Amino acid sequence: MRSARSPAKPAGEDDYVPSARQRERERIRRRTATRSALIAAASTVVLGTIIWVVVTRSPGWPRVQESFFDWGYAKRSFPSILAGLWLNIRVMLVCEVVILAFGLVVAGCRTLRGPVFFPLRLLAAAYTDLFRGLPLILVILLLGLGVPGLRLRGLPDSIVFYGGAALVLTYSAYVAEVFRAGIDSVHPSQRAAARSLGLSSGQAMRYVVLPQAVRRVVPPLLNDLVSLQKDSGLISVLGAIDAVRAAGIETATSFNFTPFVVAGALFVLLTIPLARFTDWLGRRTERRRGLGGAV
Amino acid sequence: MTTQLLDLRKVRKAFGGNVVLRDVDLAVAPHRVAVLIGASGSGKSTLLRCVNLLETVDDGVILLDGEDITDPRVRADRVRRRIGMVFQAFNLFPHLSVLDNITLAPRKAHGVDRRTAEEQARELLGRFGLADKASEYPDRLSGGQQQRVAIVRALATKPRLMLLDEVTSALDPELVTEVLAVIRQLKQDGMTMVIATHEMGFAREVADEVCFLDGGAVLERAAPERLFGDPQEPRTRQFLRRVTESGRAG
Repeated sequence: MRSARSPAKPAGEDDYVPSARQRERERIRRRTATRSALIAAASTVVLGTIIWVVVTRSPGWPRVQESFFDWGYAKRSFPSILAGLWLNIRVMLVCEVVILAFGLVVAGCRTLRGPVFFPLRLLAAAYTDLFRGLPLILVILLLGLGVPGLRLRGLPDSIVFYGGAALVLTYSAYVAEVFRAGIDSVHPSQRAAARSLGLSSGQAMRYVVLPQAVRRVVPPLLNDLVSLQKDSGLISVLGAIDAVRAAGIETATSFNFTPFVVAGALFVLLTIPLARFTDWLGRRTERRRGLGGAV
Repeated sequence: MTTQLLDLRKVRKAFGGNVVLRDVDLAVAPHRVAVLIGASGSGKSTLLRCVNLLETVDDGVILLDGEDITDPRVRADRVRRRIGMVFQAFNLFPHLSVLDNITLAPRKAHGVDRRTAEEQARELLGRFGLADKASEYPDRLSGGQQQRVAIVRALATKPRLMLLDEVTSALDPELVTEVLAVIRQLKQDGMTMVIATHEMGFAREVADEVCFLDGGAVLERAAPERLFGDPQEPRTRQFLRRVTESGRAG
């Protein structure tokens, strides 16, 4: 039970006094809320204790603690992992922008009508089929190791560029499908209304369908972006020194795996703000449109 | 013949094997109001959607101001810009404010600048008692207000012809009144209209001509006094009797 219910004192100017029944109801609600909080706290403590006891009493725990949770190694490896993480952050920021734009273009191509656009439609469909099917790690390896071999002029020869390009190609295919689902979810009557006002099909898409579609798919889109943030660690297979690679280097010198745990914790920390932002955005949209209520 | 603003000749439309309109003839002169009545599924909505080119006819001709708009080479957008359509379910754009709902088409399809479009929109809103709703979002309005906004939105493009598709069917009885008042006002202003409705009392009052559609065909066409007072076809009599029994004759 949340305490989001409005207080009994109304905003109006009449000298309304809550009835005995209403006061009783609020007393019950307060009591229920307190009890809920106590139960939640108690069950969390109990479960936490059980997990703690089971793990620390297990026969292999001392060894595991030594090789995965060593405070000394954690502290020593932290600066280089953090430096590596900065590369992840830059890659994911650039890729996110490119993916959103490219995904929208691909989704747009798939919804185009008219015979002129047939090849575009076909290309977009083939592209999404291909890159949703290919494992990301293969795309990274093929692009990072294969394309530089072509020695094309004008393309940068940095491994980070090819790793980023692989992320963009793969994730844009998913994001395009999310956009397309959003476009399809806007009721045809909206398009009919727009067309009946004399808007062209492009204008109907741009001003009526897309704005509604994009609002609807924000949660699944952000979900894909969270996924992208952690998958940016995969460019390490090309040798780029990101957080994962940096942790690997530290581990190779000490044979202690704590740096990997440090890198993992940092990735989790990195994705939490975006996840909370997603929740906040959803609540705000709901509030704005004045929906919601007691349920 | 060219004195008609809208002229349908032998229009046919089928969805698969289901023939929805068969050889429909209908003519509406400027400043006149034609009302379509008939049971659900008799083809009223489809007829309106064909006129607005939201559906493609399977045969026959539709002339708007003497121009054959069923010619496949005709640019549908340019035809629709001359026609205003209002839907049963309002179909307002939920992501746009009332003002933006109304000014979208004038600005984007007719090239009116934002200031002029907003001035005209506010004037129209004022005329229909909605002046204080300009910055609201559709979700916050009552059904009657939403439908009045939808009518204003259709009017904002200064159409030659208005198509109203059962615009009161989704409304509570007390909200029907305010929407009908708006349509009455449109008639006084001399707007040419084709109205599909279940409100018989209103049909009788506002129509210059009433068409009874049955099974996709115009079974009877007459002035309202005659069609409601002395219907010729047994099917028409049967339909009107049923409607009267259900209490919608007003």
